[in-house]
Amino acid sequence: MSPPASSESRLVAPLARTGSGEIAEVVGQVATIVGYEARKLRHDPTELLLRAIQPALWLVVFGSAFTAIHAIPTGALTYLQFLTPGILAQSVLFIAIFYGIASIRERELGIIIKFLVSPARRAILVGGRALSASLRGLSQAVVVLLLATALSVHLRITVPSVAGVIVAVILGSALFSTLSMVIASLVRTQERFLGIGQLLTMPLFFASNAIYPITIMPRWLRPFAYANPLTYLVDALRNLTTPQGTVLFPLWVDLTVLLGVTLGLILLCAGLYPRMAQ
Amino acid sequence: MVASSAAPVVVAEELTRTFGDLTAVDRLTFAVPRDQVFGLIGPNGAGKTTTIKMLTTLLHPSDGHARVAGYDIAKEPGEVRRRIGYVPQLISADAQVTGYENLWVVGGLYGIPRAERGPRIREALELLGLAAFGDELVRNYSGGMIRRLEIASALLHRPEVLFLDEPTVGLDPVAREAVWEQIDLLKRRFGTAIVLTTHYMEEADRLCERVGVMHQGKFVAVGSPAELKAGLGQPGATLQDVFRRYAGEEVELSGAYREAGRTRRVAARLE
Repeated sequence: MSPPASSESRLVAPLARTGSGEIAEVVGQVATIVGYEARKLRHDPTELLLRAIQPALWLVVFGSAFTAIHAIPTGALTYLQFLTPGILAQSVLFIAIFYGIASIRERELGIIIKFLVSPARRAILVGGRALSASLRGLSQAVVVLLLATALSVHLRITVPSVAGVIVAVILGSALFSTLSMVIASLVRTQERFLGIGQLLTMPLFFASNAIYPITIMPRWLRPFAYANPLTYLVDALRNLTTPQGTVLFPLWVDLTVLLGVTLGLILLCAGLYPRMAQ
Repeated sequence: MVASSAAPVVVAEELTRTFGDLTAVDRLTFAVPRDQVFGLIGPNGAGKTTTIKMLTTLLHPSDGHARVAGYDIAKEPGEVRRRIGYVPQLISADAQVTGYENLWVVGGLYGIPRAERGPRIREALELLGLAAFGDELVRNYSGGMIRRLEIASALLHRPEVLFLDEPTVGLDPVAREAVWEQIDLLKRRFGTAIVLTTHYMEEADRLCERVGVMHQGKFVAVGSPAELKAGLGQPGATLQDVFRRYAGEEVELSGAYREAGRTRRVAARLE
């Protein structure tokens, strides 16, 4: 028989939890999940670098060409001024909408069980991952704003406007990555997930005000544009970075819509998330 | 053997789970005291993993109930999760980050304060013989190291019960022996109750105080390996013979393909 275990080495000592410690615990859990994503990106930043190519093409090729031909009415703004916030929003959408594929991979391998069996609430797991996805979105913001500067697009770059862009990009990334995780909880295979992701991105992109104003859309398409969260992300970014005009709503309306939809999706996804273990 | 006077830390009563017409787990009743290893053995599809998923709160029971570490699995899953560790059959370690980082995120989710987290992680890595590999990406680990890292991860918050689902599937004999030694050590040194599933009879014989032989969701025999072998009434009987007697030669067909594929995938990744 082995010697009896000494009392201090016994594992049976669950962590005490007090009522006031609960908020601190939740904040700590969210910080842990975001920090984890940051470490993963640091180990393999390839995706971020590859993702920088597409906005560059849109701005340099598409933007410059359409600026030259004056085909799209953008009021007092040059087309590139109008386009830059749209391309930033589009980049955020494209990088976030496939975020759920990580969940599918984690489910296939079993990694997700490590999260689901922890005491963290489901909404915290989903919300934490949504915020993690914002790290990718923010990298896109840096790329697009640097490109715009290189192309001498005249944008309003002040401390409050940059702070606002950060908030809007975080909200937009969280929104579309949560939508992506909702899809990932519903479909079982990467193939189906990619199919649905592809199917969603183009309508979301074209039925929005990202590359042309809603006023030039056919009348039947406009309600879809107003129901499209991407429209509010574009509008928020235009509110923040363009000198004047061509916005649909005040900034607070845009941000409130983004926040409301994000929270709704997080709750929906938290309800679906336990399916990932089955 | 020392009779354990402590209250059992896992108590299942008539635990049942159905999937449509299939009853995967059929009114299972058992208890596991501290300091003991309880083994669930049975062929693929016998209901072992479903049982573990219910006890770890990942799956709701269809009927019956269970208490783990003093809390009801259906009514207080958060409290249960705080007190258990789980190493699933699939691979729960993330290959994209280091061993240390794998444990760091788990520590954070369990609310282990930052100041305490580092020392605990180093202690856990030390305990599982991984101290030298903490900063290595898990991608470069061997199969045995991955399993040991997962056990370290499941122990970080000092659980009262540890659930291990096929802990040595896909491991070579040397790595398997190393995992067995770690399980023995945990039980002896920390008094952790352990519930494990396996279809290696040798593993059940070596590790478990008590074994439940499952067949089609039910226990067909429960007892210590010695009792089960003696019960056969033939000299030199092995647990393999016990298994054959109760579970028969037939193998449950439904789900066998999926499970076989899954086991092989895990095995391939661990090599």
